[in-house]
Amino acid sequence: MEKSKSRQSIHKKEGDRLFYFLNGTLLAFFTLVCLYPILCIIAQAISDPTQVGLGLVTFYPRGFSLKGFVHVLKDRWLAHGFLMSLFYTTAGTAINVALTYLTAFSLSRKELPGRGLIQLLFAFTMWFSGGIIPSYLLVKNLGLINTVWALMIPGAMSVWNMIVCRTFLQNSIPEELFDSARVDGAGYIRYMLTITIPLAKAIIAVLVLWYAIAHWNAYFDALIYINSKPLKPFSLYLRDYLVSQTSMDIAELTAGEEVRKDLQGITELMKNSLILMSCLPLWILYPFIRKYLVQGVMIGSVKG
Amino acid sequence: MNKMEYLKNRLKKTWPLYLLLLPGLIYIITFKYSPMYGAIIAFKNYKIRDGIWGSEWVGLKWFVKFFNYYECWDLIGNTLRISIYNIAVSMLVSILLALMMNCVRNKHFKNVVQTVTYMPHFVSVVVLVGVMIRFFNPSMGVLSRLIQTLGGTNRDLMGIPAMMPHIYVWSDIWQNAGWNTVLYLAALTAVDLQLHEAAIVDGASRLQRVRYVDIPAIMPTIVISLIMNMGSVLTVGAEKMLLLQNDLNRSTTEVISTYVYAQGIASASPQYSYATAIGLLNSVLSFALIVTTNQICKKLGETSLF
Repeated sequence: MEKSKSRQSIHKKEGDRLFYFLNGTLLAFFTLVCLYPILCIIAQAISDPTQVGLGLVTFYPRGFSLKGFVHVLKDRWLAHGFLMSLFYTTAGTAINVALTYLTAFSLSRKELPGRGLIQLLFAFTMWFSGGIIPSYLLVKNLGLINTVWALMIPGAMSVWNMIVCRTFLQNSIPEELFDSARVDGAGYIRYMLTITIPLAKAIIAVLVLWYAIAHWNAYFDALIYINSKPLKPFSLYLRDYLVSQTSMDIAELTAGEEVRKDLQGITELMKNSLILMSCLPLWILYPFIRKYLVQGVMIGSVKG
Repeated sequence: MNKMEYLKNRLKKTWPLYLLLLPGLIYIITFKYSPMYGAIIAFKNYKIRDGIWGSEWVGLKWFVKFFNYYECWDLIGNTLRISIYNIAVSMLVSILLALMMNCVRNKHFKNVVQTVTYMPHFVSVVVLVGVMIRFFNPSMGVLSRLIQTLGGTNRDLMGIPAMMPHIYVWSDIWQNAGWNTVLYLAALTAVDLQLHEAAIVDGASRLQRVRYVDIPAIMPTIVISLIMNMGSVLTVGAEKMLLLQNDLNRSTTEVISTYVYAQGIASASPQYSYATAIGLLNSVLSFALIVTTNQICKKLGETSLF
């Protein structure tokens, strides 16, 4: 009896070992699938251009050259677009986080009269919308087209993010803090600024990451709202270069065959650098926010 | 009278909360609710000069026009095919990934897996599509050369209509499956350890613990994501589709949202009312789908969105 039980548990353990092994292998495989294209992107951007042109570069760099970046930075508009995107991302994210936090804090206070109804008013916008055309016409009628505001104000808050933030505040900040702040004579606004914000670092970090990703990578709003060249974000130039291939037209304008070939080579070279440049800012931001991610999402998504 | 007094008292104490709420309220009223009002141009012949209110009523003219459009059902079919395919596969993959990551015992390995699988999420769709075009490029793409060396024929995958749903869905998996595990992992972290200990004492294998402890623990999260996703069954994002679309693959990549964009914004003489009508139809059906799924989930289990 005793013997068979221990044998059984050994069987179980071996079964578990096999399970853990398979689990690890599959995960490692998926990780490699995610990693491979990223390595290709990096390798092609920093390799010797002739090797890239011959198709010899896959996931590790051959030779070393930053020529592509030099060409990108020499192009006045590309460099300008990159800076514009940095501006849209920082200013836009600041507006997003401020608006989201104010709303979330207010809705996290259970004594707010009419709280249920107001929350429904916010939540409803996640399930129903007037559609893209009325929103477009609204932005047009407000005179926001071809202004920097078009890329920051219409998407100033995501209701989903606001609800996650509200839930986080409800779950993680003890009510006693509010009571003692009250006793010390602090009103809501002082309480929010001096007591809740330091305790809500995790969720603020998550909000910053979520909104920054959305801003940095957005191209559709810019496509429909921005025509003026000085206001164009980097993503629109990326689209021109990588997807619609209008850059070829520039090459074709030039007369000589030699020059054209040269220009085409340069465009190809620039494409790889552009791809890496567009990925870098967020890859740099992410490690700073990593440790807050699961914590912030966990507390923010569990019903309080 | 007493009630009024009570309310007055409460307002006296809580009015700063309304002050803090005001910017958010103004925002959703202006940018979420006023477009809902603006959507009444779906029933009008909107002219910029006449404004929303001044334009003449035309009833259901635009809806009839849409259903008489010869490609109407192709559009709807393309949209449904891609979005259902996408929701099913991407939910399945990210739930599986989350369960698997949760089983990893080596902390460093888990960290590496998480960090690397999140990385593609930071790549923009423009770059994603740009990179795919380059990888699939018949003359110099990495993938095309791989197919060639394996003995396949060398064709530009982006020009084959039948491939487009797969390209759309699997590139989305590459980009977001890892990232989407965050929500499920958060729910898994909240599982009471005692449940696992009790299961171990009862002699459950790890796989059995996944089945009887982990999956029930994330069920509410799965249901909520499902309900939210059902709302987007009729919406395949125009953003990515417009980038993938070219003249060769249009027969499978023209979806409702790209058609609305083409008719209402990109066109030289935009048909605002017509495009709004299609968008409104889309919104109403999506809302109905959310409510229905929600009711079904409520009947079947305890979890529901509202």
